[in-house]
Amino acid sequence: MSLFNFGDSVSPISGPPSALEYANDRIFRGISWASAFMVIALTAFILWEVGRQAAPAVYAYGLDFITGTEWNVNKGAFGVLPEIWGTLYSSLLALALGGLFGIAIAIFLTQDFIHHRLSLVFRTVIEMLAAIPSVVFGLWGIYILIPLLKPGAEWLHDQFGWFPLFSTDLAGPGMAPAALVLAIMILPTVAAITVDAFHRIPYKVKEAAYGMGTTRWEAILKVMVPTASSGILAALVLGFGRALGETMALAMLIGNANQISLSLFSPANTLASLLASTFPEAGQLEVQALMYAALVLLAITFLVNVLGQLVQQYTIRKFEGK
Amino acid sequence: MNAAAETMFIAEPYQVAGEVVIECNVAKIFYGDFLAVRDSVVPIEKKKITGFIGPSGCGKSTVLRSLNRMNDLISVFRFEGSVMYHGQDVYAKKVDPVLVRRYIGMVFQQPNPFSMSVYDNVAFGLRLNRYKGDMDERVQKALERAALWKEVKDKLKNSGLSLSGGQQQRLCIARAIATEPDVLLMDEPCSALDPIATRQVEELMLELKERYTLALVTHNMQQATRVADTTAFFSVDISKGGRTGYLVEMGPTGQVFQSPREQLTKEYISGEFS
Repeated sequence: MSLFNFGDSVSPISGPPSALEYANDRIFRGISWASAFMVIALTAFILWEVGRQAAPAVYAYGLDFITGTEWNVNKGAFGVLPEIWGTLYSSLLALALGGLFGIAIAIFLTQDFIHHRLSLVFRTVIEMLAAIPSVVFGLWGIYILIPLLKPGAEWLHDQFGWFPLFSTDLAGPGMAPAALVLAIMILPTVAAITVDAFHRIPYKVKEAAYGMGTTRWEAILKVMVPTASSGILAALVLGFGRALGETMALAMLIGNANQISLSLFSPANTLASLLASTFPEAGQLEVQALMYAALVLLAITFLVNVLGQLVQQYTIRKFEGK
Repeated sequence: MNAAAETMFIAEPYQVAGEVVIECNVAKIFYGDFLAVRDSVVPIEKKKITGFIGPSGCGKSTVLRSLNRMNDLISVFRFEGSVMYHGQDVYAKKVDPVLVRRYIGMVFQQPNPFSMSVYDNVAFGLRLNRYKGDMDERVQKALERAALWKEVKDKLKNSGLSLSGGQQQRLCIARAIATEPDVLLMDEPCSALDPIATRQVEELMLELKERYTLALVTHNMQQATRVADTTAFFSVDISKGGRTGYLVEMGPTGQVFQSPREQLTKEYISGEFS
């Protein structure tokens, strides 16, 4: 197998790898290549199939599909603007809430506020939060969260009804419970990745900060957070991505109403929950429209990921000079 | 060997001629139950460079880091004794370590610029202290004093981490001196640098002592002879099973290196052990 064999005279112990070892090497490399290509092939296949099945709808409705606000099979009218709005609005609300709390939790867990063994307990609990199935969150939202929110929502609507966010009453499912549950669902993602970002900061950076005479908060806000910023951004992008695609809990909580409203208490709809709640009774025409909607959702998540990557690279360049 | 015979050896106090800025009097320094350093009196003289030398684990860094309470970051650290700085014990209960560190700056073994621009790195301490004057001028002055201005004046907006190792270390020095601290502690500042960068930093130290009081931990005895006015030699006490460091000898650098009083010092500087 090997080209050279210097023989026992050179070293009694060193020798060439065996034929089997060379074969193992080649097999392992082959499997790695195949796995990597499989991922690409699978993604391409999904995109291709969704695109192919959506094609009739894309030709039939074109951009009207994206700007249209009505979804009515009987009239043959398909528009997903309310769903696009609902998807982005609910995800942004969730990101604002879940992101803020997630980062705050990460700071609490990594910056010597508690003993590291206690922080492991906290981390485990947060990871358990991530393991709760979406449908359980949905049930919890319907039977616990919505009744809990009702009095407060009523009061806000009565007192500040003129304010667009509170312009309607919470009748049941709606944007607020949906966004809150979404926030809870993305919180573990944001917290876990942010914790990792803080853990990656070398100890010498912390020393440098305290060595300059910073208080703890100054060290955290002026040094640690900027240093971890690219990792925190990655956490937010992943959290946002998860919120955009979340289906079951939203289908149960958002109310599935095709309307565009700023109000936190009015029902709305998202692309994912439209797909989930419509497909069981969909005829051929509607399935094509749903495929088109899926394509729109894919496009949004893709855009968000690309944008996130760009912002992340920019921060890495700016802060880390790489 | 010799160390065993001198179990409770205590160094002769060094009589300082000039003004003392920090009177460091270590009785005991613990990490948890571990006695790291004992019985070491180290006066730091004004506008001089005090070098700390000794073998690994002798506690020289520990003592240096005790001067501005950097060791407080380690939860199990415990200090017994006093560090008198302008007549006040920095270990007194009411003293905030944050305040101590604002007057006693520090440069570390590994260059550790913040992940922000060169300018922001230097301006960091100024902003921290709510400096109201001309920020640009201060930043430039600090970079000039750190002998870095010429190299970075066109890339002040670049990340501090984009510089070379030697430049990063000088950036850290600029960051430390921008606020004009009273004392500058340097914990093996050249150990991660190549010989040329080391030389630059050494020259810089000699210039800095015109304005600041410096204390320098170094592994490199040549470096101590090149820059330190006074040298404190620490060693470890392996007799009692532990590895407790203590001051063996302190004096003018020339005297410590040419005619050491202690046998241990003699052996160390002649390279018989490290």
